[in-house]
Amino acid sequence: MTASRERLVVIGNGMAGCRAVEDILKRDPDRYEITIFGAEPRVNYNRIMLSPVLAGEKSFDDIVINDAAWYAEHGITLHAGRAVTAINRELKVVEAEGGLSVGYDKLILATGSDPVRLPLPGADLKGVVTFRDLDDVDQMVAAADAGGAAVVIGGGLLGLEAAYGLARRGMKATVVHLMDVLMERQLDSAAGFLLTEALAERGVETVLSAQSEAILGEDGRVTGLKLQDGRILPCSILVMAVGIRPNTALAKACGLPVGRGVMVDDQMRTGDADIWAVGECAEHRGVAYGLVAPIWDMCRTLAAAITGDDAAAYEGSLLSTRLKVSGVDVFSAGAFAGGEGCEDIVFRDAGRGVYKRVVLQDGKVAGAVLFGDAADGGWYFDLMRQGADVRDIRETLIFGQAITEGLSGLDPSAAVAAMSDDQEVCGCNGVCKGQITTAITSQGLTTLDAVRGVTKASASCGSCTPLVEKLLKLTLGDDFQAQTGPAPMCKCTHHTHDLVRQAILAQELKSIPAVMQAMEWTTPEGCASCRPALNYYLVCAWPGEYQDDKQSRFINERVHANIQKDGTYSVVPRMWGGMTTPDELRAIADVADKFSIPAVKVTGGQRIDLLGVKKDDLPAVWADLNAAGMVSGHAYAKGLRTVKTCVGSDWCRFGTQDSTGLGMRLEKFMWGSWTPAKVKLGVSGCPRNCAEATCKDVGVICVDSGYEIHVAAPPACTSAGPRS
Amino acid sequence: MNALVKEPAVIWTDVGAVTDIPRRGARRVPSPRGDIAVFRTGDGQVFALMDACPHKGGPLSQGIVHGAAVTCPLHGRVIDLATGEATGVDRGTGCAPVVPLEVRDGRLFLGLVGG
Repeated sequence: MTASRERLVVIGNGMAGCRAVEDILKRDPDRYEITIFGAEPRVNYNRIMLSPVLAGEKSFDDIVINDAAWYAEHGITLHAGRAVTAINRELKVVEAEGGLSVGYDKLILATGSDPVRLPLPGADLKGVVTFRDLDDVDQMVAAADAGGAAVVIGGGLLGLEAAYGLARRGMKATVVHLMDVLMERQLDSAAGFLLTEALAERGVETVLSAQSEAILGEDGRVTGLKLQDGRILPCSILVMAVGIRPNTALAKACGLPVGRGVMVDDQMRTGDADIWAVGECAEHRGVAYGLVAPIWDMCRTLAAAITGDDAAAYEGSLLSTRLKVSGVDVFSAGAFAGGEGCEDIVFRDAGRGVYKRVVLQDGKVAGAVLFGDAADGGWYFDLMRQGADVRDIRETLIFGQAITEGLSGLDPSAAVAAMSDDQEVCGCNGVCKGQITTAITSQGLTTLDAVRGVTKASASCGSCTPLVEKLLKLTLGDDFQAQTGPAPMCKCTHHTHDLVRQAILAQELKSIPAVMQAMEWTTPEGCASCRPALNYYLVCAWPGEYQDDKQSRFINERVHANIQKDGTYSVVPRMWGGMTTPDELRAIADVADKFSIPAVKVTGGQRIDLLGVKKDDLPAVWADLNAAGMVSGHAYAKGLRTVKTCVGSDWCRFGTQDSTGLGMRLEKFMWGSWTPAKVKLGVSGCPRNCAEATCKDVGVICVDSGYEIHVAAPPACTSAGPRS
Repeated sequence: MNALVKEPAVIWTDVGAVTDIPRRGARRVPSPRGDIAVFRTGDGQVFALMDACPHKGGPLSQGIVHGAAVTCPLHGRVIDLATGEATGVDRGTGCAPVVPLEVRDGRLFLGLVGG
């Protein structure tokens, strides 16, 4: 029955060995008859979770990856607690303790690594342990139960987790570190300092720049650690966490090429085509890894290669680190030593104990150290792995993914989704989010126009249109089809503004009815939206020839005043560049008195607005103003409205040029011309920009050497409709 | 309503010639009950409504006339000239009262209730 299946033997029942088997089973469950040897007398467990077990935050059962049933289910023979003693490559047989020998067709070495034991005097005393497997944890837990002090040699990831775990179990824990910064391979000195403090708060003392000299003992049991400077740190348990060494003994003994680890190619093959190596025992391109993420990458590649995918290749891993100490959020990835072309972005919040540093090189993330708030570690790591160009998001990069992507709109629906139902979407018509979503779902609306029709949302100034579209998308999902291409002029036609304008010229259409006929208007006389537009296009196309249609002009343009909410009007005489005279002001005051005009206001465009004029008075009001030399300020026109200026070099001690004069010349040059929408200009006499020229359609900022011209930055509304 | 119409107190008042109103235009007639808007459409029909949009009271006489409808100049409600009703999506949201109007020999007579 099994004769046709190749025999696969895996040496190592740890994380790498079992993950490799899992990955192989996923790809080709029936290909191999599998035997696993494990030196530890138990099933496969998650070694990196030993720290929480030590800290009492998890139990062993919590960290078991594959229980006995899993081995049985997949027909895997597990020899737990049986160390392999030799590999016979010629006979293709592995030999294990107790005289067991098993033949293989394919062999995977996943022997992991051994913790380094410092050759200090007293290293063989009882109570001197490493931190590698569950037996070590059991010893530490037993020591902790007796109370007292613990010393950990090594201020790296593992050492700190060991010290924290022992402190959690009530011991007085001290970390002795050779370097002057904890986790110096992952952290810079600033983060290392914060870590030292955070650990102290959690009962872990730190002795930095400390060289261990001897382990002291009594009756064969550890009593303390003596440092080179003479200090003695008493302890009842001493943990050595000073690094790992790939376990290569078996490979070396059978003649496979071995460097720091068992050397493998990009397919995880050793020097023998039938023998593979994976995990901490392997050395790939000169690197032996001691973290879990690269091991997963290796296992994936190995599984692919060993099941026949010749293209699979492992190309090495970038590393990131997280410290597993509760409440101490630490993340580190990549390079942060600095160097040529490197730039740092640093954020600190002393109150929260947060330190973040992102290192950029050539516009890309080269490294990141996060302390106190490491939520964005994964994001930075992704950016790093992708080699993403982050120059455009540099300003917000340090604030993390949510803020950066929120601002740049990478996830545009998130903000809309987060809105509450009673939050207003359309400010013109007072429509809230809930009304819109209810209308969409209850009436089966699928288009922007339908939503506008039913709810009025975005039917006025239109500035909330993107928001309404996002709501449609959010509510309907893929059923929503955004309107693509340019929108038609209005509901009376399918044609766009551009197309209609072209046709007016090409087909020599010279009246509104002619356009409607030629362009197949769907309404007899158009509407209040298309008629003014057509009138404007025809005036532009056939000046002098086309007869302006007064009935297609909005009321404001007919009476040279702005209709107000109560049906009265406002009148704005032009003040060139915002300059006026006592005579003009007197005339305005006289008009206000004579016609009992209730409100007089200075506008944002540096003119005077007379509000509340009765329609019947408009001709007389304008007659008086005209008599005083004033003309309309066209505050209602699709045309030039105002040119706002500052006093410039005439008066201002900072003015570089005559901004007032330039503004007046511009206004006199352009006034009375028609444009598709309202147009406002501004001229400032210096970069202090008192005339706010940079938020005008065209803004001029006078500088000593000439002019800065700013184009197309109007302040607010997207519409030039009948607002004003 | 019927009771009112039956009253003989309706006074027909000559407010001008049909041609005083441009096609697709309107004129405003003050009355003791408020302004009345008199419309003339593109095809020559005439209508009269109280000059107040059912939405926010905008002066309909100042709006753009298209077909047998007028668009209010304040917020763009489209009002049916024959019924005074808001149309389209605003249908049912209100009505500008219709004022009786007759054309006699090219002159416009508004039927004003006495008083």
